[in-house]
Amino acid sequence: MQPATAWDWSPGKKDIWDLSKHSREAQWHEELYASPDGEKTASIAKYGDEGFGICVNGQAQERLFEKIWNLRFAPDGRLTAIVQEEMDWSVLVDDEVWPEEYAFVWGVQFSQTGGTIAASIQQDGEYGMVVNGEAWPTLYQNANNFVLAKDGSATAAVVQVKNIPQADIWTYKEGCFSVAIDGNAWDTSFMNCWTPVFDAEAKRVACQVRHTLYDYSIVVDGQAWSSTFPSVWDPCFNPATGAVAAPVRMAGKWGMAQDNELIWDAKFFNCWNQQFSADGKNLWAIVAPKFGRWTLAVNGQVWGKTFGTMVTDMTVAPDGKHAAAVGKEGDKYAIIANDTIWVGWYDMVWKPVFSSDSHNVAAKVKRAGDRYTVVINGQVHNEDFDQCWDPVFSPEGTKVMLRVVKDGKYSRIVIPVPSSHH
Amino acid sequence: MTVDTQEKKIIEDPGIDQGAAKLTPEKIAQVINTTLGTENLARLYAYTKTCVHCGLCSDACHYFLSHDRDPKYSPVGKIKNTLWPMIKNKGKVSVEFMKEAARIAHTECNLCRRCVQYCPFGIDTAFMISTVRRIVHKLALTPQYIQDTAHSHAATMNQMWVKEDEWIDALMWQEDEARDEFPDFRIPLDKEGSDVYYSVIGPEPKFRTQLIYQAAAIFHEAGVDFTMPSGTGWDNSDMCMFTGDFEMMGRLKRDHYESAMKLKVNKIVMGECGHAYRSVYDMGNRWLGWREMPVPIIHSIQYFYELLMAGKIKVASTIDKLATFHDPCNTVRGMGLHEMGRAVAKAFVPNMVEMYPNREHNYCCAAGGGVINCGPPHKMTRVHGNKIKAEQLKATGAELIVAPCHNCHGGLEDIVHHYKLDMEIKFLGDIIYEHMVKTKAVEE
Repeated sequence: MQPATAWDWSPGKKDIWDLSKHSREAQWHEELYASPDGEKTASIAKYGDEGFGICVNGQAQERLFEKIWNLRFAPDGRLTAIVQEEMDWSVLVDDEVWPEEYAFVWGVQFSQTGGTIAASIQQDGEYGMVVNGEAWPTLYQNANNFVLAKDGSATAAVVQVKNIPQADIWTYKEGCFSVAIDGNAWDTSFMNCWTPVFDAEAKRVACQVRHTLYDYSIVVDGQAWSSTFPSVWDPCFNPATGAVAAPVRMAGKWGMAQDNELIWDAKFFNCWNQQFSADGKNLWAIVAPKFGRWTLAVNGQVWGKTFGTMVTDMTVAPDGKHAAAVGKEGDKYAIIANDTIWVGWYDMVWKPVFSSDSHNVAAKVKRAGDRYTVVINGQVHNEDFDQCWDPVFSPEGTKVMLRVVKDGKYSRIVIPVPSSHH
Repeated sequence: MTVDTQEKKIIEDPGIDQGAAKLTPEKIAQVINTTLGTENLARLYAYTKTCVHCGLCSDACHYFLSHDRDPKYSPVGKIKNTLWPMIKNKGKVSVEFMKEAARIAHTECNLCRRCVQYCPFGIDTAFMISTVRRIVHKLALTPQYIQDTAHSHAATMNQMWVKEDEWIDALMWQEDEARDEFPDFRIPLDKEGSDVYYSVIGPEPKFRTQLIYQAAAIFHEAGVDFTMPSGTGWDNSDMCMFTGDFEMMGRLKRDHYESAMKLKVNKIVMGECGHAYRSVYDMGNRWLGWREMPVPIIHSIQYFYELLMAGKIKVASTIDKLATFHDPCNTVRGMGLHEMGRAVAKAFVPNMVEMYPNREHNYCCAAGGGVINCGPPHKMTRVHGNKIKAEQLKATGAELIVAPCHNCHGGLEDIVHHYKLDMEIKFLGDIIYEHMVKTKAVEE
């Protein structure tokens, strides 16, 4: 797939595929996935007793498998799936199956550009990761919380480094879990480890730990903060300074700590999903300033508009100064951007997307039960679809590509970005 | 029926005993005073000041009724032997006292809240016993087996040590099996935008995979647009809620809800489990700061009822047995699903007889509230503590018990076996799957 600058950004609608036309009849087709550039759709097809295949824009690929699942396009447009042949599993990338096979494969992840593909594996009862077809040198008796660094240069997971006999609650408390980076576990182990995360250069790793049943903390490169808390949530690295921030619970409320120091007072009923801006100057998070009221905060300053049911899917703009999220009140969803709730309540709203210049925001929405469209800068697109995917901004941010299904056809529509109402 | 005197023996539980060996009176006092002084202080204060010791709660408790009305088994008696001395003595209680408090709180109260209904002041004894368990947790006195379950929750986000591949493999296995019956059967994994996210509890992929098959078959027949997650969050259960480890309880509920939010589903339908329901609509969600459920959660009882009423599942045949319906505490006293449960059961088993008392007045199975999870050492405590349930069941003359809750199944199976009741126990999913119209199945 070409880079986004080379995609077809000429305004208008391009019908890609008539969904009724297949080169080979199938017993059924599973969910449809659209490529990032909008030029392709793919689905898993079941061909009776012959097995499963992949169908791209209606063209059946020749190779069949006993089972296929987790069909996804990588960010670079390569089509991937987890496939089974003769009871063993591997990863299919375009037409090539990784040569090594495993007893089980799941959890495929992509680096930001899609150049690196990783997955979780189990072989002979041991667990680890495979990266671009190459498995970790060491596997473990259990592993989870698998993560691939954004740049694709490293992988990590929580691993079990010590056996726990059945119902042996004492060995467990001694600390049987650690974090392995590219298969190599830290020397230190903990009672629990969760959500390892890489820094921007993929050189350092932080995670949540539990030292005892009651003492939670953050560990960075195997070294724990000196402070412990009744609970913590996922840490994240400041991409500019390398500092580590994590929500921490104190006296029944939540605040934010950075490098072992409290930077936001523990005054929230919850505080999570924090994220630094790319320049590291702003720290955003979803917070509950009152019980049952949710909004965003930046550098500890809470937005004025709140939602009663929840706020989710926070997106920080590339400039780091703006953010958007999905809010829910009762059973209806809305988009909140820059502390303004957009007009319009929906049955569902997907994670908002910013243009690269941070001036525009768009999101996929569902309304009237099963109709889909997009909202761009607060304006609802004037057409509903049977199905649609997240909108994609053109690199310079003046156009939006919609990938949609309507009246039995998959189409790619490019429209100019409407000006902001807000 | 007589109560086996064996239960009078001191039951050894390494979780309690080894935890107690490390305690000092100072540590006990510090934990009790900190907990009582900082958590739910107003509510506890109101309850302890309001109770007039009238004893009306006693007749509500199956342990009390099953032990010849022994006052120490009454709800107020259990509080008097656990929480009150802690408050009265400002935390200065002995190690032996705490061992006994741990045993009482974990194995002689199901947190069933039946007594709450009979208290003229609405005092929530279950809340007070939960507070005892919270103190027990902080003192590391939690019984071994339920602590192991809590450890599993923390390490794997499910209560049965199910590894990530084992979960997916169990779903694929059931999907494959079911294709012999329904050729185009699917259990769609991670299908974004589905109407329903179906979640279950840990024992289903571990021991009772047929329940996943059955539920998925019912959804398939009813044309439900559903999905199940390939990652964590699929286990809606929460034994940490019952061990008093509320921090882990919240972590589990976050994982459950976020996995559903990620898939952009309209609602979560949860399998036939009672306590999991309590954890999502009452306890865990609120610990996280959500006033209500961020994603609507519908219990299977209600969902099956809705499918039946909408004509999406139809009755092909009925069961020609006398049956009775067991009301799980958390779905009935907790959420009022008793009539829906009966309507579904009666559609497939017309010959139903009621237990007395029933509905929100029904007796607990004695397995709930984490009691069955305290494991084999305490099995007979709950079996003897529910003689009244055995009598209640026997009086119906029923051959079949319909019980839409996992823990209830476990508890009732032990009661049926011990008291030799010769009764079969089924889930709603069992009877629907076995007797519904299967238009999409291959003809036999």
